[in-house]
Amino acid sequence: MNDGLWTFLIILGQCFAVMFAVLISLAFLLLMDRKVWAAVQLRRGPNVVGPFGLLQSFADFLKFVMKEIVIPAGADRAVFLIAPMLTFVLASIAWVVIPFAEGWVISDMNVGILYLFAISSLGVYGVIMGGWAGNSKYPFLGGLRSAAQMVSYEVSIGFVIVCVLLMVGSLNLSDIVLAQDGAGIFSWFFIKQPVMFIVFFISALAETNRPPFDLPEAESELVAGYQVEYSSTPYLLFMIGEYMNIVMMCALTTILFLGGWLSPIGVGHGVFWFVLKVVFCFFMFAMVKAIVPRYRYDQLMRLGWKVFLPLSLAFVVLTAGWMKIFDVQPWAYTQEARDLGRGAMVIDAPEATPTPVKTEDS
Amino acid sequence: MQAIAFYMFAIVAVVAGTLVVFAKNPVHSVLWLILAFFSTAGLFVLMGAEFLAMLLMIIYVGAVAVLFLFVVMMLDIDFAELRGSVAQYLPLGLAIGVILMVELTVGFAAWTGLEQENMEPGATYGMSNAHALGSVVYTKYVYAFQASGLILLVAMIGAIVLTLRTRTGVRKQDVWEQMQRDPKTAVEMKDVRPGQSL
Repeated sequence: MNDGLWTFLIILGQCFAVMFAVLISLAFLLLMDRKVWAAVQLRRGPNVVGPFGLLQSFADFLKFVMKEIVIPAGADRAVFLIAPMLTFVLASIAWVVIPFAEGWVISDMNVGILYLFAISSLGVYGVIMGGWAGNSKYPFLGGLRSAAQMVSYEVSIGFVIVCVLLMVGSLNLSDIVLAQDGAGIFSWFFIKQPVMFIVFFISALAETNRPPFDLPEAESELVAGYQVEYSSTPYLLFMIGEYMNIVMMCALTTILFLGGWLSPIGVGHGVFWFVLKVVFCFFMFAMVKAIVPRYRYDQLMRLGWKVFLPLSLAFVVLTAGWMKIFDVQPWAYTQEARDLGRGAMVIDAPEATPTPVKTEDS
Repeated sequence: MQAIAFYMFAIVAVVAGTLVVFAKNPVHSVLWLILAFFSTAGLFVLMGAEFLAMLLMIIYVGAVAVLFLFVVMMLDIDFAELRGSVAQYLPLGLAIGVILMVELTVGFAAWTGLEQENMEPGATYGMSNAHALGSVVYTKYVYAFQASGLILLVAMIGAIVLTLRTRTGVRKQDVWEQMQRDPKTAVEMKDVRPGQSL
């Protein structure tokens, strides 16, 4: 009993530590986003609160929390308030499977990548519910747009993940990173799958409603899309949830294609590299936001269904075909994986296996 | 611990399932349905079928229910009228419920014997969920798997054919055509004199 309690407390502590780290770094990433955007437009960006405006996010946080929560008269109160909480909770629980460094993961589950995929596909509910519950035209249009958009781009993200999984042979995120170990930067998957890397990056932009795919909240058409009726803390939860999803996608890009915590020179792996790569990905997200104009809605759908879907499907077949023809084993089935005690344990299944216990003799 | 989790998920699933039927607002019904799916996924995880749980989340919660919600939100429903007709559909609904119950009972009663027979002892030992499923689906049940794939393909083509309509006079963007244009053919200089039109 005492043992169980300790395990529980340790896991709780780990969860708090990860949440704390993610939220604090989020505050500075948000500032970085605005600074990069400002720099591209030859502005200074936030520079008043704290040195170089470093405390701007905290000031914003205080402002949001102190303001009054306004709920529209015709709104569905329960759904209206659940929507932002849902967005925030979903965005935060995704972090339990992210391996920050070797063994630095709260839940090293076997279906980690599917878990992330499931959580990110649930994210759309916060947006739809928020858009619908406000009982207002612009949020509703924003919610509908976002539903169609996120469902469309999930499909190509799914196929990109399948391409990587074919080479790894395991759904575990730590396995995916370990499979990229070897010749430093040259064995990372963005070298082996450059096209899928680009497709994934663009789909990640669309999935997180970032410019140039920010049609659900296109300010020139829909004011602020599904967030129009929100104010104060609910709005804050929406915004934090959205940015957490963006950082999440950066982390996923890092794990799938940029070698996670592995160092580019092959020695000195560690959490430092993971953070550096996530920040780099986030910088790319910010740059895209600054320099690319918004897509039109039909162009967005065309890109998702007519370009990315066939392309990623073709690459699934191509990758599988390549591996079959040249007899390349997925990483999880190689000797290297077994030496590390990871990957698929199919070959090691012992001869003397326990027979299934008969439950009833009738 | 497991028992607590089981009863929590089970109770939430049953309550949410009931509320799907009894919620006044159809959008709330769909939201309760999503909660029911979610709890079922939790039950799958408790049974050690984490792969199935994730598939349930991705396919039913992440895709199917989104489209449900999408359609239900855009329907123009008169709630009062809907409430009035509950009594009318109650017998039919109860009949369907009873039939499903009987079918499930019969199915489970006949199934318990088969389970041990088909199971190769230790076939899935030490494998992860996905590997274990794959090693059966792609070998032993490959024809059933292909057939279900074919059914889905036919359904997909059917849905596309049903909704496909060609309208005339719609201006579409042809990206390739746009890219082929160059200033020489697309732009023309006109010398317009004051007081005259083209």
